Parts: sequence; structure tokens; C-alpha cells
Amino acid sequence: MSADLNVVGQSVERSDGIGHVTGRTRFFGDRSFPGMLHLKMVRSPLDHARIIGIDLTDAERVSGFVRALTASDVPHNLYTILGLIGVEPEEEFVLAEDRVRFKGEAIVAIIAESEAAALEAVSKVHLDLEELPAVFDVEEALRPGAPIVTSWGNNTFMYEGHPCRRVRLGDVEAAFERADHIVEGVYNTSPIEQAPVETTGCIAVPEANGRYTVYTNTQALYFSLDNTAIILQVPGNRLHFVGGTVGGGFGGKVDVIVEPIATLAAMKTNRPVRFAYSRSEEMQVSSTRSAWRIYIKDGISRDGHIIARKVTSYADSGAYSRQTPYALTKHAANAAGPYAIPNVSIDAYCVYTNRQPTSAMRGFGVTMASFALEVQMDKIAERVGVDPWTIRFINAYRNGDMKPHRKLAEDATLIETMQAAAALVGHVLPDDLRAMTSAPRDAGPDGGRD
Amino acid sequence: MASRIVTFDLGGREVEVMVRPMTTLQSVLRNQLGFTATKDGCRQGGCGSCTVLVNGQPMLSCLLPVEDVAGQRVTTLESITPAEGLHPIQQAFLDAHASQCGYCTPGMVMVSKALLDHDPAPTDDAIRHALTGNICRCTGYRPIVTAVHSAAEAVHDAADAMRGSAGERAR
Repeated sequence: MSADLNVVGQSVERSDGIGHVTGRTRFFGDRSFPGMLHLKMVRSPLDHARIIGIDLTDAERVSGFVRALTASDVPHNLYTILGLIGVEPEEEFVLAEDRVRFKGEAIVAIIAESEAAALEAVSKVHLDLEELPAVFDVEEALRPGAPIVTSWGNNTFMYEGHPCRRVRLGDVEAAFERADHIVEGVYNTSPIEQAPVETTGCIAVPEANGRYTVYTNTQALYFSLDNTAIILQVPGNRLHFVGGTVGGGFGGKVDVIVEPIATLAAMKTNRPVRFAYSRSEEMQVSSTRSAWRIYIKDGISRDGHIIARKVTSYADSGAYSRQTPYALTKHAANAAGPYAIPNVSIDAYCVYTNRQPTSAMRGFGVTMASFALEVQMDKIAERVGVDPWTIRFINAYRNGDMKPHRKLAEDATLIETMQAAAALVGHVLPDDLRAMTSAPRDAGPDGGRD
Repeated sequence: MASRIVTFDLGGREVEVMVRPMTTLQSVLRNQLGFTATKDGCRQGGCGSCTVLVNGQPMLSCLLPVEDVAGQRVTTLESITPAEGLHPIQQAFLDAHASQCGYCTPGMVMVSKALLDHDPAPTDDAIRHALTGNICRCTGYRPIVTAVHSAAEAVHDAADAMRGSAGERAR
């Protein structure tokens, strides 16, 4: 250990450690403010419906009711979280306008003196909805005649004019022709809720100087601030976001859902407003990890080298895309796995359905690729008749290999990692695998294979 | 239904609150008394973050109508935190890095307190069993188990030292 390192190699007390063990850490929900109001949402009970009418008469009679907000109250009601990094089009509504696209979509925000009053008023809003046919499966959503979730006529997110993210290297069809084995698989994963123990929420507080302080547990403080400024059409300097104390996130708190409407409510009432998800909202409304369907077709030579890999993936984005287009791009870049394969074709679709919107969760689309690929690798090993370690070692990419998205591998460590893993679990590798390294191989036919 | 007044012992002092029927102890602690160390993760008895001790037994305050603790002794994390320094269990959690986001930590510490009060030298299984109702979604369970073990040792050592010095004084 170098002598001039003060922190590396030392055990350092966390700056928030004492706060955590004493319960003095102030999560947003531990704050309260004089005159604080509570916001609760009227949500769609249907998966897909046209909104014919909203009747607030009974809700307004509830003791403690302060006011309701509907789509027309939101200055810029249409947004997309990733608009800040140039992703188009804006496609999600802060409050639904003429149509709801998933069960749980926000339609009316109710602001009341207490949480109980807000919930009672929510229960007394009468919605007139006309149910529409809904679609819940990624491949059904792409068939002609499927119910259309988006406003642009098909159910895919468009990547530079294409309905999928595409990666191409070499010629997979030609390589399938000369392959000794073809191994195909289809892999499905479920949506997974991040389920942080602290649910999503914030408190927006009007300040005397005309600014709004927003205490939030977002994982994306400046994304939230900037999106809120756009949605509310106010300069960013009117908003002061206080965050960083997050009771678990795991990707579940990056979606900018509670802050814009809570801040609008604070503006309209000139009082502090708290908007926090219940546990059931966290489970049933907040974004999950996408469900994926991944088809893999591999061509393999007799000695176990994968010479062609074709992957067709569908991520179920749900009704709105949120961070899924980005997750899908990362997926496409990793969908051939950490293996040197000279012929690769990847088509990855971000598909809209009438399910709960999906977004970020640990691994951003790569985790699901790894699950599918590693099960596939075991199938290949079985088919070729080599052990699962060997199949990975002989296909592992090394420095200087070309990755399918045309980036040269220059930080390859798979071989060394597997060697270390084998040692940890007490698996004795044969000498040829122990002698391998990630050092560049000599160029030769079919990607310079041994 | 009319509100009523409920009195109970909170960390050694008597508190009196006016509540509607079925108001939870969690809500009274957090919203009426400002005792926010008791957390609010699910309000359905699923996560353990709201755990407090009632007469020394761990209870989920989100499912407990405050009327049920009338006249009883309630202990929260605030009650066991010394004016200076930390309780041995808190110190052990700090030293073992047994908290990540920190939201489950108060509940974990309270369950550990109840366990160690009842079983000063718990086995690994006993610790794991005691913690089964408490969810850590950062999934840092192992350091938590380690922390409870070292807290048990610390409490044991402190008791030994106390007995030792008492013995010396007696001599």
C-alpha cells in the first residue's frame, strides 16, 4: 500500500453512519412543516381507457379538501424524463388528458389538510371511462391490429427512425450455414419491483422569496429539478432541491414522478405539500425493471467456438418509456456477452404495452442479457460436450478482440476473473485453462482463434 | 367516533395523546410526538422498519393501535440512544458497517436490543431468527448479523467489567 494514500486501505467511518444508527438521519418523510398539506392521486382502475368525464362534486364536499389538480392545471403536461439528454419524443403525461394507458395512471391530484381527508376525497372522485382493448405482451403488441398504446401509430420506441436498436458484425446467416451445431433458446424474465423500504416521495415548500424548496428522496436530484422546471415552466433558479438521503432506490427512484406535481400543488396553494407513495403505489404504480423476452440463436463449431450469435430482444416498457430506451441501448451493446464472436446480429426492441411503466433497476438491461446468455452458454456446453468452464474460457474475449458494437476490447479480465472464481470455489481447472490470459491473441482466420 | 386520550410511558416519561380510534402507535410517534427514528416503510406489517419495544418485546408499531399500549412501556431508538456516545448495539452497527441506506437500521437495532436483553449470547441462528421480520433491501444482512454478535460481546464485556469493579469495591 502506497504511503501517501490516506483513505484507500483504511476503514473509514461513514459520514452518515451515526445518523443511521441513532435514527437521526433525516429522510424527507421525517420532516414536517406548519400548514403542510397532503396530496393523493386518483388513479385509473383500467388498463386502457378513454376519459369521458371527471366529477369532483362529492370529493369537494369532503371535510379537509383543499383543491384538485387536473391535466389543464399543469403548464407543460407532456414530458419525457430523458428529454434532458435529447431523447424524443415527449410522451408521458403528468396527469392523464384524454386517455389512460395503464392501471394506476394518475388522473387527478387531490390536495387536502390531512392524508386521511385526501384519501377520502380520492375515493369520492367519479370517473367516466370508456374501456379500450389493451395489450400486455411484447410480441402481441407488435402484431398488426394490436391496440396502439402510443400516440404515433405503433408500439415501439423509435431509434433514429428504426423500430429497434441494431448491432451488426460480420454475416451471421453465412456463419450459421457452416456451423457444426445450432443452439437456440428463448428466455423470459419477469418485471421486478425495486421495493426500497422507504417509498418514493417528497415535500415541496413555498419560501417567502418566491422560491420552492423540495425535500425529495430522488436518486436523480438534478434530473428531477430540471424536469420539474420544464413541466412547471419556471426558471430552474426558482427551485431548490434538497436530497441525497435515500431510503433505498436501486433504480426505483429516478423517474421524476412526485416532484413536479407536489411543487405545482405548493404553487397553487402557497402551502407545503407532501406527496408520498403508499406501499401499494410503490408496488403497483412505480416503475419496475422491465420484463424481457430474449431469443438467442447460436452457431458453434465442433470444438466449441461460437462463430455466430443472433439475438432478438424485447423489453416491455409498459405504457411509457421512462429510462427503458436507455436500458435497451445498454442491453444491445452487451447482448452478445463477454465473448469473442466474429458474426453477430442484435435487434433489441423497446415495446409499449398497457402494463405498469418500467425503468431503471440494477444493471440497466445488462442483467437480463447476462441471465439469458449464461443459461445459453450452459446449453452450448451440453450440446458440444465440453464442460461449462471450458466453453466460457475458449470463447472469452481478450484484449484486441472486436466487440459486436465495433469497440476493441482493451480491458478484458474475464479469463482472470474466472480463474479467480474457480480458485475461490475450489474448482481445479485443467492446465490449458489455467495458462490462458486476456493478452491479445495473434490475428488469424475467424477472429484469430486458438 | 370520538377521539380519546391515551397515556403511556415513552422512554421513561409519561406522554398523553389525543387520538381517533385505531390511530397507530407509529403515526402517534412520528406525526404527533416527532419521534421519527421509528420508520414508515409499508404500514402493513411487512418490513419491520417501524419496530419498537412494548414492555421489552419487539412490536410493529404500524399495526398497533395506540390504545393498546395505554399504560404500557414503549421504547424507541431515541430512548436507547445515550445523551453522549452510542449504545453498544449502535456502536456495533456503526463499526460493522451494518447500515447502507439506513432506513431499516432503527428497526434492526430495536429487534437486536430485544434479542440481547432476552438472550445475551445468541447463536447465529437465534440472531437470524430474530431478524426475519426486518427487511434490508440493500441486502446487507451479513454485517447486521456480525454487528449483533459483536454487540453481544460488548455488552458481555461491559457487564464483566462492571462486576469486576463492583467486586474490587466490595473488597
